[in-house]
Amino acid sequence: MNRILQLPTATIAISLLLGVAAFTLFADPFVLRIASRIAILALGAVAVDLVLGYAGYVSFGHAAFFGTGVYVTGILMRMGVQDALLAWPIAIAAGMALAFVTGAMALRTSGIYFIMVTLAFAQMLYYGANAAVDYGGADGFRLAQRNTLMGLSPFADPRIFFLVTLAVLVTTLFFARRAMGSVFGAAVRAVRDDSVRAAASGIHPFRHRLAVLTISGGIAALAGALATNLDLYVSPSSAFSWHISAEFLIFVIIGSAGTLIGPAIGAALYIILVEILSSFTDHWMLAVGIILLVRVLVLKRGLYDVLIAGRAA
Amino acid sequence: MTFLLVAEQLFNALQLGLMLFLIAIGVTLAFGTMNLMNLAHGSFFMLGAFFLAAAADHAGNMLVACLIALLVLAAVGAVVERTVIRPLREFGHLEQVLATYGLMLIFNEMVVMIWGRDPLFVTVPEILAGQVTIPPGIVYPAYRLVITLVAMAAGLALWLLIQRTRYGMLIRAIADDPPTAQSLGVNATALSRWVFILVVLLAGLAGIMTAPLLSVETAMGDAVLIQALVVVIIGGLGSMRGALIGALLVAFVDTFGRILLPIWLGSRAGFAVANMAIYVLMAVVLIWRPRGLCGRAAL
Repeated sequence: MNRILQLPTATIAISLLLGVAAFTLFADPFVLRIASRIAILALGAVAVDLVLGYAGYVSFGHAAFFGTGVYVTGILMRMGVQDALLAWPIAIAAGMALAFVTGAMALRTSGIYFIMVTLAFAQMLYYGANAAVDYGGADGFRLAQRNTLMGLSPFADPRIFFLVTLAVLVTTLFFARRAMGSVFGAAVRAVRDDSVRAAASGIHPFRHRLAVLTISGGIAALAGALATNLDLYVSPSSAFSWHISAEFLIFVIIGSAGTLIGPAIGAALYIILVEILSSFTDHWMLAVGIILLVRVLVLKRGLYDVLIAGRAA
Repeated sequence: MTFLLVAEQLFNALQLGLMLFLIAIGVTLAFGTMNLMNLAHGSFFMLGAFFLAAAADHAGNMLVACLIALLVLAAVGAVVERTVIRPLREFGHLEQVLATYGLMLIFNEMVVMIWGRDPLFVTVPEILAGQVTIPPGIVYPAYRLVITLVAMAAGLALWLLIQRTRYGMLIRAIADDPPTAQSLGVNATALSRWVFILVVLLAGLAGIMTAPLLSVETAMGDAVLIQALVVVIIGGLGSMRGALIGALLVAFVDTFGRILLPIWLGSRAGFAVANMAIYVLMAVVLIWRPRGLCGRAAL
């Protein structure tokens, strides 16, 4: 884990941020929209990376928490709760509560069972949302406007909204890295590497895993809340589709698990690539499939490892 | 009247259960013999339906079309096994999940490139288009009855193969304890290839048989795959008996949940709960037995 310290990450990050902020002023709404989507989905990737890279559990069901954020924000808006300072914390709390409850059950399993159990929980919510006729069933519902902030509506400006999503991502990355570098993070990694020894040293494996999963669920729900604001549209397939869970995992694997920044970069590259491919061909999904096969069978490691850390496969 | 309705639904549930079994057995056998998690397995269900639709256009005879579809499926299965599945055995489950997810995207998109996005429809062969009356007076579509019987026959043949032949014994040995089986001279690679082609054919058979009942379109295998995963979690990964029990359990809970829950809970809540019923069932089974009903103590 020392490589985190070896990198001039802070320098790179700050100059990147300044560059992005400058770009914001000149970019057109279409580009800003994609940039916002990148920041939002990168947040989901960071959430999955906490569980995958640090707790060592493969979650194939983060759409459950993301979708909870999407639906809670949307339903609150329909009920008249417009203010972001109220709606977003409620969305986060809902995601954490769901992650705590489903995690307590799912963490009874491990390995391949955990992959499938988390997938099944997300599917449960997907079909539940499909049957929620009050909220449009399979068609979902649209929203008139984004969340407000203390009576103002700054998020209506795509530039401000993008900067907010970026700020949320950077703040989350910062705190996630701090948390994983803390005593708590060391305990989590100890549990991942050898849960028996960790338990013998007085670290409770189950509680640490559940804590990481709960935090991760909150982050994914925040991403969902932002996604609702971006699209102003809430539906089972935009919230709970298992392809969302798969994409989060893809981001993490493309970017290198356990690096936090890697998955965020993975999300950016993936989304940009899909945008470019889909402007050339309707069959971009074929290319995505091939890229996944190449990543696993040929490259064998994530981009962060290939480009920055230079680690062997 | 009510008895006849229940009986008809029992047949429907049995038919769904057997179809799920034909797909789930592939997921569980691939895991048991190759330690492989295969998300592309639903694609073979889809490909079976598409190959049948394409073959039916040219062959005229439905039985010939089925055979052609199965032959092409076997060829596809052999190519996929050699190029993707065999190398994947060396990787962890996460890599397997991602690579086979990619494979699934490739299949879904290739189907669109060849046959387009509009659904295809396959007609039920004429001799089977009518209804039959089963002794106590149950009127049931002949085609559905026939595919239920074919699925039963396929399941029985598989059981005989696994339990009563030398190859079956070797498959069980590899599934039970790979290192010991290999050190005793079982060629795991060769065996796994045939197991994979076999499970591709079983999933394809389910797709071929249900093609006339569904609209044949891209990604039709995705939903089936997820249901098969639920079956396999409930039954226990790697267990063939578990796949059968899980498939029937899921099918009966799903079929009767959709009838009974709206009556018990009112149409709105009942509909919602019925939609989620098999996932609730799965959660309950996992709390009770984390490795599924027939799962082994440690994997």
